[in-house]
Amino acid sequence: MALLEVSGVTVRFGGNVALDDVEFAAEPGLVTGLIGPNGAGKTTLFNVITGLLPPSHGQVRLDGRSLTRLSPTKRARLGMARTFQRLELFSLLSVRENIWVAADVRKGWSHDRDDPATVVERIVEQVGLTAVADARVDSLPTGQCRLVELGRCLATKPKVLLLDEPASGQDENETVVFAELLRALAADGMAVVLVEHDVHLVMKVCAQVHVLDFGRIIASGTPSEIQHDEAVLSAYLGTNS
Amino acid sequence: MDKFLTFTIVGLSLAAIYAVIASGLVLTYTTTGIFTFAHGAAGMLAAFAYWQLRFDWGWPVPVCLVVILGMMAPLFGMLLEVVVMRGLRGTTDTVKLVVSISLLLFMIGLAQLIWAPGVSRPMSKFFASSPTIHLGPTTITWHQAITIGVAIVVGIALRFGLTRFRVGLAMRAAVDDPSLSALNGARPNRVSMVAWALGTVLAAIGGILIAPNVTLDAPSLSLLIVSAYAAAIFGRLRSLPLTLLGAIVVGLTDGYLTGYLPQNQYLIGLRIASPAVLLFLVLLVLPNPRLRGRMTRSREFFPMPSVRGALTFAGVVVLGGVVLMTTLSTPDQLTYGRIFPIGIVALSLVPLVGFGGQISLCQLSFAGIGGLVMAHLGHGGDPLALVWAVLIAAAVGALIALPALRLSGIYLALGTAAFATILDRWIFTLPKFAVFGWFTVDLFTQGSIGVDPLRAFGTKFDDPGSQIVIGAVAFALVSLFVIAIRRGRLGRRLIAMKDSEAACATLGMNLLGTKLLVFAISAGVAGLGGALYATQLTTIQAGNFDLVSSLQVFALAVVGGIGAVGGALFAGISLYAVLPLIGVLFPSIVQWVGLLPGATGIGLGRDPNGAVHPMREGFAPLAGSPSSLLVMALALAALYGLRLADAIDNWTFVIGLFVIPLIATAVATLSAATRQRVLAQLESSPDRTPLEWIGIDRPWTDADVERLDRELGTTSVLASELELHGTP
Repeated sequence: MALLEVSGVTVRFGGNVALDDVEFAAEPGLVTGLIGPNGAGKTTLFNVITGLLPPSHGQVRLDGRSLTRLSPTKRARLGMARTFQRLELFSLLSVRENIWVAADVRKGWSHDRDDPATVVERIVEQVGLTAVADARVDSLPTGQCRLVELGRCLATKPKVLLLDEPASGQDENETVVFAELLRALAADGMAVVLVEHDVHLVMKVCAQVHVLDFGRIIASGTPSEIQHDEAVLSAYLGTNS
Repeated sequence: MDKFLTFTIVGLSLAAIYAVIASGLVLTYTTTGIFTFAHGAAGMLAAFAYWQLRFDWGWPVPVCLVVILGMMAPLFGMLLEVVVMRGLRGTTDTVKLVVSISLLLFMIGLAQLIWAPGVSRPMSKFFASSPTIHLGPTTITWHQAITIGVAIVVGIALRFGLTRFRVGLAMRAAVDDPSLSALNGARPNRVSMVAWALGTVLAAIGGILIAPNVTLDAPSLSLLIVSAYAAAIFGRLRSLPLTLLGAIVVGLTDGYLTGYLPQNQYLIGLRIASPAVLLFLVLLVLPNPRLRGRMTRSREFFPMPSVRGALTFAGVVVLGGVVLMTTLSTPDQLTYGRIFPIGIVALSLVPLVGFGGQISLCQLSFAGIGGLVMAHLGHGGDPLALVWAVLIAAAVGALIALPALRLSGIYLALGTAAFATILDRWIFTLPKFAVFGWFTVDLFTQGSIGVDPLRAFGTKFDDPGSQIVIGAVAFALVSLFVIAIRRGRLGRRLIAMKDSEAACATLGMNLLGTKLLVFAISAGVAGLGGALYATQLTTIQAGNFDLVSSLQVFALAVVGGIGAVGGALFAGISLYAVLPLIGVLFPSIVQWVGLLPGATGIGLGRDPNGAVHPMREGFAPLAGSPSSLLVMALALAALYGLRLADAIDNWTFVIGLFVIPLIATAVATLSAATRQRVLAQLESSPDRTPLEWIGIDRPWTDADVERLDRELGTTSVLASELELHGTP
């Protein structure tokens, strides 16, 4: 049984079907890719998984436990963390303070003995933001903002890490470093789900890739399988050429 | 049955008025996204204008109606749009709210300026002399019939206008997406101007119809609007039909309570407060809003206060209190002493609004609770009563917060305003009652209640001077407490919540708990302020803690800068030092003073960081110049000495208090600028040029080569020795 299981999730906005009977799973220790054209429903799926959007139908399970009725807060405490495609940073706070908020929250409800301050320093270094730790996040370029969001997630010690286009806004060098970081996080035992337009990155780090188009999963498989999938090619390049 | 029908008609005619006013509110809110607290005040002004034309000058009714509804109201609405509302696009809820509250205060001030309060201005109803109309078993007055008829006409006209005419369609398009509708050829500015003109006309119609039923009094007429708000909330501020339904519910409730409420002294207030109660109840059953990401990026920025800065601030406040005590006459001490307790109430808003992004319009109500606790438990000036004042106010705050906190933004503002109204019109007017038979509570015994002066350390603080110092010390301590919150865990958490609730929730933060905590803290602080305020006033009454005062404190604290403790001091000083001073200095404009609190708030849209922030930036160079600081401190001390020795009077003293820091700052700024220039020259001197840039902007010199050798540890042959310049 997978750590994160999404089954039969359907979301309707009025007559518009944003997600249609989506099945999806993520395993610990692996990076699972979720790709698809703009508007395919990737962010909507993340909203359903984290509880920001109630689905019309379907189930979300973590470790076999149904989350469907739980609030975003409860889900986060069970080990769900995410970043946002349209950054949701605490813009009035510094990089360090952003991560600190998350560490404090975890300290507040868990029985961890770790001192939040040390946790924060470790994470700042891990995601490579030491040089800008005291800068206000408003002043950072997008690529680094994405790292702050990642750092904030890590401070909650998640089991499942949902990353919504984490590499957009990063330059090539940053992406290489980021790929290493993702592998290391997965190796720590996290189930990482990666929504990303940088197909190169996805193919490099993902063990399993799901392709979403118009709210439906149209293909699932290893990166090499996906690269040769007819349905995927037609979704990305237009109908059968 | 007759009685039932009679009160049904009473209720329906009220409902008709609420429906007209509320539909104006919905119209402006949906087309421009601005919920205006000043809507009722516009109706109030129209009612006064109508009284003036019709009853004071005796103009004929049709002429009055044409002048007011056809000319004054629409022009006023357009003026509002152009001068105020247009500047509010893309600002936060708090700023919009403060601007509209300021507008409300401004209009009340304006009305009181033109029509002195306290004078009876009777208005007769329409066709008051005509006989009533018989409708089966009951009768209906012409006024009631006209009111209901007007509401029906307005309803039909709006329905057709919004669906059939170009402007109406453009309005509805503007709601959905202003930029898109602009691309399609609609002109949003014109659309929003039409909306404000129409909205103001509707408010004016409502005001003229309702005024004959009540006394013509600016504040109460303006706040009558709470009933219309309740109606509009039924339609979630968007749906006109549901708003109509809401108006009928609110109107009939009022009508039937008038008719059937048992003649019970405990329930009289309930009828007056019933729209507020309904508003509160409707807010509670509204579906939970979904957590969303950030819509607009805020322009606000409140820097982290330093420990040194905090201590300096606290020290200056305490010194200020001592100076006030030693230099002012007793009557002046009574006036200016309120700076600090009201400042503490404003401070209570800093963590709540400034850090946490929540809105509360009932801080003076919490202060009232604190004051009552002080009056009842503080016999003989027991300082323990202060602790009780904080705890009980905090408990009530948490209790109110529990249901209200599902709300946010404008809904939270309305919910807290409703609570303030309920407290002020009903609870505070209750006669003696028993709580579960345990003990009896007699809030304001005869409308007012005496408060004993504080007694601590064997001293009784019963003179205004020592009370000022107590207030100053309390203000300083609470400031330090608020700054400690900002610098600590809770502060980070609150600011995070204000920035993105969605992100906080997905990080596992308990949003409700956090809001509850900050609401309780804020109410507790307000309670402390109220308790101290009460000891200064020596007798308190419900009127000291009403909604309008809350609105003033809220607006001025935001104008001062709601994210910093200085903003709270600004609110206190503005209300109880600047306003009275203006009255003394310029007696000829004393009647204009009432306009000031509103006027300052209206300009807020420009800089949401408030007034204190740039002031502090201005004084910043002083902190970097110990010599200027020292000279300033000595000069101020000398000035104070002269004042104490009665060598100079208060005016000279006050002028000196302003001038000396200004001179010191100017000197410090100048010397800092000089230092900067010297530094800049050093920067640009040849030695400072980075190694890799040498020789780019001018030819090499021997000095450059020597420097290269020195810094890189190499040895070269100097160019001059080789006569490099001479070789081809």
